[in-house]
Amino acid sequence: MLPAGWEMVIGLEVHTELKTTTKMFCGCANAFGAEPNTNICPVCLGLPGSLPVLNVRAVDLAMAIGLALHSTIAPSTFHRKNYFYPDMPKDFQISQYDLPINKGGYLDLPDGSRVSIERAHLEEDTGKSTHLGGSGRLQGADHSLVDYNRSGVPLVEIVSGPDMHSAVQARAYAAALRGILIATGASDGRMEEGSMRMDANVSVRRVGEGLGTRCEIKNLNSLRSLQRAIDFEADRQVSLIEGGGVVRQETRHWDELRGETSTMRVKEEAEDYRYFREPDLVDLAPDAAWQARIAASLGAMPAERRAILLARLIEPSAAQLDALDVVVDLGFDELVLGAIDANVDPALALARAANELAASSERVGALAPGSFVETLLMEQAGELSATQAKAVLLEVLEHGESPRAVAAAKGYKQLSPDSLEAIVGELIEAFPEEWTRYQEGDEKLAQFFIGQVMQRTRGQANGKAVVAELRARR
Amino acid sequence: MSSATQIARDVRAGTTSALAQLDTSLAAIRAENDALNVFLHVDEEGADAAARRVDELVAAGEDPGALAGVPVALKDNLCQRGVPTTAGSKILAGWRPPYSATVIERLLAAGAVPVGKTNMDEFAMGSSTETSAYGPTRNPRNPERVPGGSSGGSAAAVASGMTPLSLGSDTGGSIRQPAALCGIVGVKPTYGLVSRYGLIAFASSLDQIGPFANSVEDAALLLEVISGHDPMDSTSLPEPAPSLLAHLEDGVAGKRVGVVRELVEGADDDVLASVDAARAALEDAGATIVELSIPECRLGLSAYYLIAPAEASSNLARYDGVRYGLRVDAEDVAAMNEATRTAGFGAEVKRRIMLGTYALSAGYYDAYYGQALKVRTQMIEAFRRAYLNADVLLGATAPSVAFAFGEKMANPLTMYLSDVFTIPTNLAGDPAISVPFGSGAGGLPVGVQLLGPGRSEAQLFAAARVLEVANGVA
Repeated sequence: MLPAGWEMVIGLEVHTELKTTTKMFCGCANAFGAEPNTNICPVCLGLPGSLPVLNVRAVDLAMAIGLALHSTIAPSTFHRKNYFYPDMPKDFQISQYDLPINKGGYLDLPDGSRVSIERAHLEEDTGKSTHLGGSGRLQGADHSLVDYNRSGVPLVEIVSGPDMHSAVQARAYAAALRGILIATGASDGRMEEGSMRMDANVSVRRVGEGLGTRCEIKNLNSLRSLQRAIDFEADRQVSLIEGGGVVRQETRHWDELRGETSTMRVKEEAEDYRYFREPDLVDLAPDAAWQARIAASLGAMPAERRAILLARLIEPSAAQLDALDVVVDLGFDELVLGAIDANVDPALALARAANELAASSERVGALAPGSFVETLLMEQAGELSATQAKAVLLEVLEHGESPRAVAAAKGYKQLSPDSLEAIVGELIEAFPEEWTRYQEGDEKLAQFFIGQVMQRTRGQANGKAVVAELRARR
Repeated sequence: MSSATQIARDVRAGTTSALAQLDTSLAAIRAENDALNVFLHVDEEGADAAARRVDELVAAGEDPGALAGVPVALKDNLCQRGVPTTAGSKILAGWRPPYSATVIERLLAAGAVPVGKTNMDEFAMGSSTETSAYGPTRNPRNPERVPGGSSGGSAAAVASGMTPLSLGSDTGGSIRQPAALCGIVGVKPTYGLVSRYGLIAFASSLDQIGPFANSVEDAALLLEVISGHDPMDSTSLPEPAPSLLAHLEDGVAGKRVGVVRELVEGADDDVLASVDAARAALEDAGATIVELSIPECRLGLSAYYLIAPAEASSNLARYDGVRYGLRVDAEDVAAMNEATRTAGFGAEVKRRIMLGTYALSAGYYDAYYGQALKVRTQMIEAFRRAYLNADVLLGATAPSVAFAFGEKMANPLTMYLSDVFTIPTNLAGDPAISVPFGSGAGGLPVGVQLLGPGRSEAQLFAAARVLEVANGVA
């Protein structure tokens, strides 16, 4: 929080790697984690004589991002951004400059605020350097190793307007954008693998005044870093100004361990990139039919999907709202909606999706929706206890068997309503005092009776069914 | 040496062998290469293997292709797998490309036998082959004179009879001017007709690969093999390549030939006399002569010397000592880049990198590079208008016959003027052909230039054939 009377102004530049099969300008695999320098060819190594050929799938995904952000898809061109760096094999980067493929747009955040989008353009990624010795950065390193597997991986850079006024809001924007990138199929959103990287432009001003001088914090790789770095930087700027100093326009580096930003390079040293049209590529002007095809392939975006699912919840608790975000983020909302349609209690469906499914999220794609519904219905009917239902779900996710087969194999006996009725009857006789207190309205006693039932059935009873039986007799 | 057409016919018929033709070629190279410095590298092993393959195909009753057994020399800026490729520069000394240019793949597929790599001005920057890091090539017509450039080695290979065919590249006249100075046929095809994949870039928007030959027919034979769409080059024309040999004898009867004032003004008298004679020959063959002025041509040289260096400054950035070629070690990466480039590039290359860097720099872009692009647009439009009044244009190829070594090295501007008549076509993207016509001072050959609209090669070759016949070639 800044001192009273101060306001921060934040704009974000988000780079996302596109989830294409091949790289942006050649046929090499676009894959994270391969042995260094194995997904390379003359083109992505920038060998003399090689030429780029644009990957149409990268254009598809860039347009999908633009459409999801309400951008205008415009005729665009590619430029060369010229500067020397060892992990950039041509010593220029092919990027879009004055004519980006996506112009304008906006993103609405859950808190109701709207952040404008200036542009979302295509460019190629560089190789990845590892600096050995020194500080771990290029300057002062003993030597450096370069992996060109990442060289030429397609990126989209999404530039927001300077519309955000708190680190929390910036974080919410980044999270919402990540959701959109995943929902469009453009990215896997894995920040820890560098699939999504953020630069934050931060300035401060006294409320009501014009924009202050901004600093750009480079390469923020998690939502947490983003929020911390912005808060630190805004505080630094306010302290500087209040101490009579002046903010210098510069690029800053975020040190995650120390929790502070430091100068990378000042504006006066900023390079002249000598942008000019990339003569080896032709102009890019997706026609109406191409745009329509991409628009038709887009499903509902996270905000809309969240609203649809929210409408099915009855007076949701804070925990349920959190679960809702997880479910939408992971794209499990269709499964949950299907379960609700099949008369599964919305709260139960949400909880199982946000916990058990989320824990093995990579397997959910192969899960038959019917299995999810069936497990929950068995649980709801008292055929499985909560513990048993979780175990069954896990097993179904792992091996793809039917829930009933799994339950049978595990020896989860169905506790018939008759035997539950009999057990509850016996307990009432065995614990008359407790029963009387329960009848008089002491709900805590329900838990006591559930515990007793579980003991006698070795956990095979369903807690909810027990409560239903108790209530029926009260 | 026989014509390429004759060799291919005889090899296909089995009356001679590819190996025998290769031996003839290698013998000529051994006899004269030391004196003329035509080849930087002779690939005896690769050529032997290629020739044997052709002979095996013939023996097996299969057709090796249109260039069966024809030895071909390659300008040293064409990448050939495993064969040293330097672009005439020290900075690429010892580099062996891991891939072959599309034109080389097409040559091999047509049964041609690539025999080696020819000398050239460093990175094709020059008009005399004197800027080569490996010493100048001598003109076979008079060893005291330059062969022209930048494709001087490829022109000399054909003019000296070392190979019946060769490939060069033409960015501002680098095929046509040496063809004229060596007395052979040289063609700059329509931009995009021949794939540039594997051609070490000088100025990407102007570079085009083309043939050298002793006759129009041989040049047509070679161009037919190398032209046509290549998915590896985004600027490659999608249309099928024009058929040339079928129209070689179409003549010029009824065609309008425009003699362009700006494409002869300032030329030496002997050159002017040849152009006049060519004009008369075309008229005799039934063409209508129209006199034209294209004033924009006068701006061509200035625009070219901004656009070409600008692109070159970016294309040559990759020679940084990091991945291949020369590396001069220094204390850090930036110092290593600088030391490598300082030692590896010659004076002319450095001059153009500096010119181009300056032209693209912030604050100068609009006045230089931006202005040059406007001139280029005007040039394209001016030629389009000219072709409303003429089918073919006629002018000189070079202002003079072959000049002496050192004559134009002291003042770069006098050297640049060698290309004043050829540059406009590169800027317009149109095709042009230089045909030997008559002789000038010292008995040295003179070339005249025929120009046409994009993809009009068939008509250009037919007109060139008329001049060839008038010049006494059967």
